Amino acid sequence: MEAFLKGRTGASKEGTHQNATAPGTSGKRDKQNRKTAHTPWVEKYRPRSIEDVAYQDDVIAVLRKTLQGADLPNMLFYGPPGTGKTSTILAAARELYGADMFRDRVLELNASDERGIQVIRDKVKNFAQLSAGGTRPDGKPCPPFKIIILDEADSMTQPAQAALRRTMEKQSKTTRFCLICNYVSRIIEPITSRCSKFRFKPLANEILLKRLKEICEKENVKCDEKGLEVILDTSEGDMRKAITTLQSASRLKLGDTIVQQDIYEISGVIPSEWIDKLMAACQSSSYEKLEAIVKEMMLEGHSAGQILIQVFDSVIPSTDLNDKQKSVICERIAVADKCLQDGADEYLQVMDVCTVIMWQKGH
Amino acid sequence: MSLWVDKYRPTQLGKLDYHKGQAEHLKKLVNGGDFPHLLIYGPSGAGKKTRIMCLLRELYGAGVEKLRIEHQNFTAPSGKKLEITTIASNYHIEVNPSDVGNQDRVVIQEVLKTVAQSQQLETSQQRDFKVVILTEVDRLTKDAQHALRRTMEKYMATCRLILCCNSTSKVIPAIRSRCLAVRVPAPSVDEMCSVLTNVCKKEGLTLPSQLAKRIAEKSGRNLRRALLMCEACRVQQYPFSEDQEVTEADWELYLRETANMIVQEQSPKRLFEVRGRLYELLSHCIPSDIIIKGLLTELISNCDGQLKAEVTQMAAQYEHKLQQGQKAIYHLEAFVAKFMSIYMRFMEETLMDAF
Repeated sequence: MEAFLKGRTGASKEGTHQNATAPGTSGKRDKQNRKTAHTPWVEKYRPRSIEDVAYQDDVIAVLRKTLQGADLPNMLFYGPPGTGKTSTILAAARELYGADMFRDRVLELNASDERGIQVIRDKVKNFAQLSAGGTRPDGKPCPPFKIIILDEADSMTQPAQAALRRTMEKQSKTTRFCLICNYVSRIIEPITSRCSKFRFKPLANEILLKRLKEICEKENVKCDEKGLEVILDTSEGDMRKAITTLQSASRLKLGDTIVQQDIYEISGVIPSEWIDKLMAACQSSSYEKLEAIVKEMMLEGHSAGQILIQVFDSVIPSTDLNDKQKSVICERIAVADKCLQDGADEYLQVMDVCTVIMWQKGH
Repeated sequence: MSLWVDKYRPTQLGKLDYHKGQAEHLKKLVNGGDFPHLLIYGPSGAGKKTRIMCLLRELYGAGVEKLRIEHQNFTAPSGKKLEITTIASNYHIEVNPSDVGNQDRVVIQEVLKTVAQSQQLETSQQRDFKVVILTEVDRLTKDAQHALRRTMEKYMATCRLILCCNSTSKVIPAIRSRCLAVRVPAPSVDEMCSVLTNVCKKEGLTLPSQLAKRIAEKSGRNLRRALLMCEACRVQQYPFSEDQEVTEADWELYLRETANMIVQEQSPKRLFEVRGRLYELLSHCIPSDIIIKGLLTELISNCDGQLKAEVTQMAAQYEHKLQQGQKAIYHLEAFVAKFMSIYMRFMEETLMDAF
């Protein structure tokens, strides 16, 4: 935010400088254009009202009741990334309070903000203690409470979470909490029992597809059906990832039609021919062949982590391995993944997994 | 007079020798106005740095080639003094934060802050952002990577990051999703041959195609290495002959001899000798993972079938331990000892079977 503001002041100064030589308006308009170009589409196409939020019906039903004047419980949203958790609560808050009061009534803290126990004690508590009126400046009624959004709550420390417990109860008259996290198991029990939990499902492919097509139309991006399909595959129900991928692709191609290959390239997915070749080499039980192909994959710049993921995907449905063999391989993949995280050499780890597969296939 | 590698490094996107399609895309990216953070990854010697410099030139023009080297000092919160060397022009700054080991987070935050807080002058003619190049991102600590994630968003208005690494496995997903990933594969043998021939032509030399091919193969598809080898060949003997010997680095020969020693005899005495040689290699700054990989390739060629798989798995295991541990020599020696015991058992079994 700071930098954003700075950028703006710098820009206006620039404008005044330019006044001497050229009409300042054109300079300003230029700035404006550039600024809009820089907005990520994820922000640009964030749902404005809760009706726009796709696919999460039960949450929407509860929020709609609240909008009609009922009370709001403390809420805990959990689910995989990119399913609309933050968008939902922001949209709801905007509808409740309108754009003006939004700033006074909503406190948003996410993982990038300092969120130790001290912040919970000072900032959250102070904000929660302020009481709120029941009308908006324009005379319309609005609920007499404020909302504190704790985004990415699973990265909060245990003591910080513990410090929330009493605050949540004591301030229930004036404040509602909305906690957002990916893994509900990382939120301590006393907090989960104080909230009503909502699970956000991964988005269905049709809904993703519809949204992507809308964006393509608005942004004048040409993308063929195959390309869109690959985006859906690689994003796994994550709307943010899908939109980001689309935007990166469109930046790279700039006006040309986006095809399958581009998406593979951007998302770092290894084309399936490579994996097929690798599996064939494992099947052949020739160490030299395997060594050659793994070396080549490394030279192509594919990352070992991605190779492991895709090998895993191809081992699980395979019919020429029995369950016991599969379990041995999967265990090995898990070990290799951990080793990679520790910084072990990629080539050796991939070879390790592949020799295990080779051994399992041969016996 | 400079080395061929630097002398004939392409400086414009249009003049790159291979991956031309990708170069086109990068050019479009620059001209599109909306320049994202980039994550460039690929094996070493594939041309990542060359591509980055070309991109910068495309962004800012020739001014970017006026480089200066600076030594910057930072103080960590613990009071420790850190010194780091940066390479900078008026438009960009290049840092290798992993030089300072554990305190890389401080360096990243300080460098980015100083760059991001100074505004670019004359934005009418130039881009309104500067570029920070961070190399070896895969060797950054997790802490530093998380710090990067926040700073990347915060300073989007005034600076762009170009991250450069060998593999994306060790880059956290949060950073990967914020960047446009660009993969730079190693050049194929044919592409390397044509580059080698071109360079030789510019030097006024003729390079037989057979020799070019052998150099390319020997370099392991690492273009920088191939060019250095080619230049070494030139010094050794000119005019080139088809069957000229391509010199290998001393340490490679030394490593191969060591591997042969291990295979010849398995005894505590031999282990002791091997340890001496390993120390020698380590003291010449050969990275331990290269030693272990080199040993593996040599040892494997002396084993058959099942033993190969076993030795590979063992190497992977010891290399992992090596990365976690402090002293490389213990793990290298453990690997050698383990190999000796497996190999001896295997030889005895085959002898038994023979009778």
